[in-house]
Order: sequence, then structure tokens, then C-alpha cells
Amino acid sequence: MSKVIEQPRYSCALGAQQTVVAIKRAVPIVHAGPGCSTKICSLIGQGEGYAGGSTIPCTNASEPEIVFGGENKLRSVIDGAFQVIDADLYVVLTGCTSDIVGDDIGQVTRQFQELGKPIVYAETGGFKSNNYVSHDGVVRSIIEQYVDKQTDFNLGKKEGLVNVFATIPYQDPYWNGNLVELKRILEGIGLQVNILFGTESAGVKEWLTIPQAQFNILISAWPGLDIVKSLQERYGTPYYHFPYLPIGGAETSRFLRGVTEFGGLDRDKAEEFILKEEEKFYSYIERTADFLLEFRYGLPRKFYTILDATYAAGFAKFLLNELGILPAKQYIIDDTPDEYQERIREQFRNISELRSAEVTFTVDGGHIQEEIRAEHHKQRSLILGSGWERDLAREIQADLLPVSVPITYRLVLHCGYAGYNGGLRAIEDIYDRVLNTYR
Amino acid sequence: MSKCRVNLEAPEVPIREVRIGSITGFEGTAGQLVKCAKAGMLRENSRSFSQCMGCSSGNAFCQLSMIQDAAMVNHAPVGCAGDFFTFNFVYRVGQMERNLPPVIGRYFSTNIEEKDTIFGAVQKLEETIRKAFDRVRPKAIFVTTSCASGIIGDDVESVTEKMTEELGIPVAACFCEGFKSKIWTTGFDSAYHAIVRKIVKPPKKKTNKINVINFWGSDVFSELLGKLGYEPTYIVPFSTVAQLEQISEAAATIQICPTLGSYLGAALEQVYGVPEVKAPLAYGIAGTDAWFRELGKVLGKEAEVEEIISVEKAKILPQLEEYRAKLKGKTCYVTAGAAHGHALLALLQELGLKVQGAAIFHHDPVYDNGDPRSDMLEHTVNTYGDIPNYNVCNKQAFELVNILNRVRPDLMIARHGGMSLWGAKLGIPTLLIGDEHLGFGYQGLLNYAERILETIDNKEFVTNLAKHSTMPYTQWWLEQNPYTFLGGCAHVKSY
Repeated sequence: MSKVIEQPRYSCALGAQQTVVAIKRAVPIVHAGPGCSTKICSLIGQGEGYAGGSTIPCTNASEPEIVFGGENKLRSVIDGAFQVIDADLYVVLTGCTSDIVGDDIGQVTRQFQELGKPIVYAETGGFKSNNYVSHDGVVRSIIEQYVDKQTDFNLGKKEGLVNVFATIPYQDPYWNGNLVELKRILEGIGLQVNILFGTESAGVKEWLTIPQAQFNILISAWPGLDIVKSLQERYGTPYYHFPYLPIGGAETSRFLRGVTEFGGLDRDKAEEFILKEEEKFYSYIERTADFLLEFRYGLPRKFYTILDATYAAGFAKFLLNELGILPAKQYIIDDTPDEYQERIREQFRNISELRSAEVTFTVDGGHIQEEIRAEHHKQRSLILGSGWERDLAREIQADLLPVSVPITYRLVLHCGYAGYNGGLRAIEDIYDRVLNTYR
Repeated sequence: MSKCRVNLEAPEVPIREVRIGSITGFEGTAGQLVKCAKAGMLRENSRSFSQCMGCSSGNAFCQLSMIQDAAMVNHAPVGCAGDFFTFNFVYRVGQMERNLPPVIGRYFSTNIEEKDTIFGAVQKLEETIRKAFDRVRPKAIFVTTSCASGIIGDDVESVTEKMTEELGIPVAACFCEGFKSKIWTTGFDSAYHAIVRKIVKPPKKKTNKINVINFWGSDVFSELLGKLGYEPTYIVPFSTVAQLEQISEAAATIQICPTLGSYLGAALEQVYGVPEVKAPLAYGIAGTDAWFRELGKVLGKEAEVEEIISVEKAKILPQLEEYRAKLKGKTCYVTAGAAHGHALLALLQELGLKVQGAAIFHHDPVYDNGDPRSDMLEHTVNTYGDIPNYNVCNKQAFELVNILNRVRPDLMIARHGGMSLWGAKLGIPTLLIGDEHLGFGYQGLLNYAERILETIDNKEFVTNLAKHSTMPYTQWWLEQNPYTFLGGCAHVKSY
């Protein structure tokens, strides 16, 4: 299949620099051409964070590094980074230039590791994959080259401690808000949570306890599988896999019950929390049900998703079951590897007890838009997509909630759509847009 | 000084370092830099520690992405397309300002993957160009290259020639591999080279149009040129392919910033005889006077121009005096690209501010026209005196923070994203002006003064931000000489 991309919605392998930026007091050191880092920030970097954006150390590879190799330049920039940037962890990442000419960055980084410096490396030459894939590699590099060396294995496992691997920071524009809620609800059922990224994480010292977790939780269609599998192998930590983002009452409760059963947790305590949360969640739904049923001037009745697999399945189940909006065609844009596609189709086959939805895997946004444009638009629709869908939405008179990057038309701080609170926020955001179309 | 000779036979334009001797590292005073440059003594200093910058491909794209009826193919891994939406957004904001219907930018990535780096990706490129043509039906397609396509050695020029024939529209290659130049404005030159080589047609007649090479600033030239019987053609963003075909017929070319339009202005003059207005930029009183007089000379409208000068100047003088009184003694620091940055230095001093230093992204010792009258930094130094702490620095935030922390000006002026944060984090009122035409001409002085006064007055936000901000730089670094990492790189040969 052709993989030409009009309207890109993710970055290249080096995009995982944002994975590093999302860890408190961690800094990427980029060994790549001069513009790579900046271009990545412009697609998936709302805000500099602590040491992202224009702070990111970079070798800015030029002709001599292509001809003679760039290892010396890298060594010198790493050296400078330790002097100039105040960070707890340094992560060396490569771009196309380094990976094509074959710089041995492992050897350069090891020299600093041997001095006891908190530094790791990962090869992320842009052409090698995309940031859905390379995120795993970068997380694994940190664990294997740093956490593993620092951990006291005599400590053993800690009952009730879990590592959460969920959305990909910055590629998911709502990553921080989503992680905040996931941590909240997991703590609610009695777990102690390593959330690892963002404001609710304790940073690098939290990463050091990864090997002690009783089990790992992966909330993702397919990215992250590589991480939890490697942790199972390395530390014997089992993992619970929930294959989409739980949004709203039904799916969040399903997720929490799954975790409870998998971890052999106190069921009564979990049920007590779930009950309390559901009661709150559905009291709001009840409060708005008359609006959803009686508003006479048009509400969206079908939805398109143009999202990654984790979001697409999560939103599809939420919109159908909690709001009664029916699925139109579903597009998955994360370049899902072939081996995972069937599992995702299966999710859409059972989107509710009564309904299934057709799903298309393609990375070419331009093609998706052509298909949607060509459809017959009798009902008002909702598009969950990106900033690229602005004109499309206007043309077919749909309501657009940008959930995917490029997210340019929204300013995101701690908004998230995961969990009970995320479900309520999603409802507010969707109908805000709908109501805002009336004069 | 000799001119750069424009060679349209060659697919690629030589990079700025080679063509006009541009550099990205210098510390000293502005006067020293000008002197060094004039004596041909400018030497590149590289940094042994550096932070990420921009690259040529972004700047090429900046000029090619808003041609109304063209499409763009980026022959690269998908990450290089990270700025697609950023430019699409600028494009759409500009459509609003120009009352154009909303249109999405049509940009395609060939999505180079691992196997392509082994077997080559020219077929993929052909396929993408065909797809772009079928979907968009554009009047032209521009193909921009990348580090990856350059290193694997794809013959992009041959592909574009073949596709030009097959599709019957110009398919133009624009060579802008990031690693080739340390000066990202080289990407402007690459874009213009592609346009002059493949789009512009020989003139059939002379018109009363004047090319204004700009980004996407507000329309200040229609009224001005209208008084002289001419009308502006803003190039390249928001023009059409048909308009670009005819820029060879214009009566003159105006630069709003010679760092942007250096190559295009020279190419149009050398190849098609369109005279370029070679003068300081119209910033500050003296600069504006000189610029207007040169424009008058080129157009043969000296008398009319003198009339404009005296009327316009008289109009602003009383208000200017008032602003000067308010700004007297205030200190400021500037970070911006070359030429436009030089112009801001003139403007600020004209307003009576004391410039404590500047970090300017690169330095062109001469522009492609070879004419010393276009040297805005020299004009500024000669008119207003020398500027201390003049740092040629390609967006190195760590040097900027170090300097700002020492200098602590009343105001910082930035002209590029990613820089203004550092003023604000230190509690320094900081102003970024996006519209490159805001400071133009006599009226521009008043426009800027107004915004500066507003910024200096608004201390609450930056004071509060500074109180709650973190600083990713070590205390050690803040205490070092800001140029510690400049110049002495043992490992890397500078060129």
C-alpha cells in the first residue's frame, strides 16, 4: 500500500525527543541536522516545558560531520550539556544524518556512563520508524541503560505498586491531563502509581522504582507493548493490557475492574470507589439527558474518528454507549503494524453489544478527507480529528473536536479525556462546539 | 566588492557561507563586525556546545508553502513535515487578512523509510508528485529535499525534469538539505533559485508593478507606491504561479529585509534587468530618508519622493518627540535575524532607547547585489554609533540567557519564536512583533514606540512569571563568560 502522506499527524522516530521532555528534569541531547528538533516541536510540542524547545542541546550536524563522522562533535556537545543544563537525566537521540553515516553513539555515550553520569542513548534516525514506535525504544533505553544500573534489586517487589504506560506524551496532546486522571482512579482503587511522565510524576527517582512494581498497566492499542513485554522478561513483572483509552463511566469501570481482578486487589474497596465515581458521573449525564433528547435544532448523530488506534476505539465506545452518537467510517492514522490490525478491527466489531463499525487503516489524511467528502451527509456529524479537518468540517457542516495533532486550534494545559472526569470534559467540549454554532 | 553571479544552469545555488561568506559566530561590537566584514577578515567561529536551530528546509518551505495555486512535495521522512501545519496556519491567517476564501495548504511527504535509504526513493518521489498532481491539479509543484534524500543520493533533479514533461506543469526541485548550511536563511535562496529557474518567464513588456520581497506582513506599500504611480506585487507568499511568471516585468524590486530577498533581488536584476533598490532599510529617520531617495532615483521620481519625505516626516515629528521623551534612558536588548535585526537596532536608537547589546542569528558581510549601500548594520553604526555586546548567534538560548542575566535591560525585543521566553522568565518585559512591516518608514517609528511603551508598562505578568519559573541552566553557566563555548572547538573543523 502507498504510504505517501498528505497532512501528517505524527512525527518521525526522533519525535520521541518529546518523550524525554515529558519526564521531569530530563533533557534530550539531539545528534541530528539543525532543524529536526524545531520541526518536531512545531508539530508535537505545545510549550517548551523544562528543557525542551529552544533549550534542547543539539549537534546541528553539518557537512563535516557527514563526511568525517560526527562522534567528536557529539562528545563535545554532551560535555557541554553536563556543564550548562541542570538536569537529572540526559538522553542522546540520533537523527537521519547520524544513522545513515553510522556514528557509533553507543560508544560515545558509554564513555560518559562509565564516569557515572546519568546518560543513555537511543538510535532514532527519522527514517527508521515513527514516534509511536520509537517511544518504546527510548523508554526501554532509559530503563535498560540507567534504571537497571541504579536499582537495588534486594528491595524486591512492592505490593500495590504499578507502572502505568499509557498515552505517548505530546503525540497525545492531552497526555498530561489523561495521566493525571489515570493516576487518580488507580489510586482510588488502592494502588500506588508510577505515572512516569508529567506533573503528577516524581521524575527520575520514580523511574528508579520501575523494577519493584507488582505489575505493569498498559493502556494502549499497540504502542508500549514492547515496553511491558521487555519488563516482563527483565524483571518478571506481569502486565495488564487494556487496548484503548477508557473514557466515561462504562469503560472506566470496566478498566478498573480488569485491573482489580488482574492484580488480585481488594475487590470491595475497588467497587466502593467505582460506585462512588459512577454515581457522580451518571448524575451529570442524567442532568443533561433532557438536553441530549430534546434539543430540537440539531445535534450530531454520527461521528467520524481520524485518530490513533488507542483514541479511536476509546472514543467510539464512549460516543456510542454514553451519548448515542452512531459510528460512521473510522480511520486509524498511526501506521498500525499489520500484526495488530486485526485486534483493533475486533474492538470495532464489538463497539457495543448491538453494533459494529468499519475501520480503515491509512496514514494519508488527504485520502481520508477525499473519502469523507464524497459521502452523503444527511445527518449532522461530529469529527474527532485534527486541525487539518477545519475546512472539511465546515464544508460538510460537521462539528469538529480536535483530539489529534496538529492541535493548533486549542490551547491544552491539563485537559484530558481519560476516565470519569475525562468523559465529562469530552461531553462539555463536544456540546460546547455544537451550541456555539447557533447565533 | 564583487557580486555573486547567479547561475540558472546549476540545479543548486551555492550555500551562503560559500557564496557571500556569511557566518554564525562572532562576539564584539557591531562596529568591529562591520569593519572586519569590509576588510574581508570575517572568520567563522563554531561552538563546542550548541542548541537546536532551524534548517534550510524550513525556510525554503516558508516561501513555497503559500503560493496560492502550487503544491509542495517534501522528499523526506515524515518528521521533516513537522512544520507543514505551522505554515498552513500562517497561510490561513493571511487568507483572512487578505479576504481570500479559506483554503488548506497542499503539502505532501514522500515518507522516506528505512528500506528507501538502501534502495533509494526516487520511485516514491515520482508516485508522490503524481498523487499531488491528481489531487490538487496545481499550476506548479515544488519538491524540497532533506538530509536523508541528500545523503542517500536520490537524483531529484532528474525526477523533476521527467515529471515536468509528464505532467505538463513546472515541477521544480529545491535543494535545501539541512546539514548543508549552518545558516537557515540559505533555504530562502534555494526556494528563490527554484522559482527563478523554473517559474519566472522572460519579460514581454515593462509594467508599473514593483516586486516587494516579504513574508506576509501587512500591506503598507499600496498607498505609498500608489502615490508614485506604481503598485506592489508581494512575493513569494500569497502570490500565484501566474504572478510569479511575470515578476521579470516589474519596474523594480524592493527588499523588506535583504537577508530574506538577497538572492531573488540579485537574480531578477542580473537575469532580467529588474533594478533592485539598493539602500539601507526604511527604519529610523535617516534610513527611511535614504531608502526613499534611492527608490525615487530608481523610478525616476526624485521630486515626488522629496515631497513624500517632507510631508510624512512632518506628520510624525511632534508625536515622535513625545515618545522619545517617554523612552529616554530606557535600556533594551535585541535578538533577531540579520538585516531585520539591524533595522530594529536603528529604530530603537532613533526612539532614544539605549541598546545594550544584540544577539543576531547570522551575518552576511555582503549581499548578492555586492552593493555596500544595502549594509544595514553599517548604516546603523554610522548613524547612531557603535553597539556593545554584539553577538552573532544562531538562536543559542544558553548564550542569550547568560547575557540577559548580566545586562538586565528594561526591555527585550525578539523577532523569532523560542527566544522571548527567556526575557520574561527573568522578569524582563519582552516584545515580539510578528508583522515585519510594522516598523517600516516614518509611521513605523510611532507604531513601534506605542508597542514598546505598552510592553514596558505591563510588568505584572513577567514579574509574576519570573517568581514562579524554573531555570534549566546551571548556576555555574550563568556565572561564566557567555562566549565560553564559542570559538575554541578542538574537534570540529569550521569552514
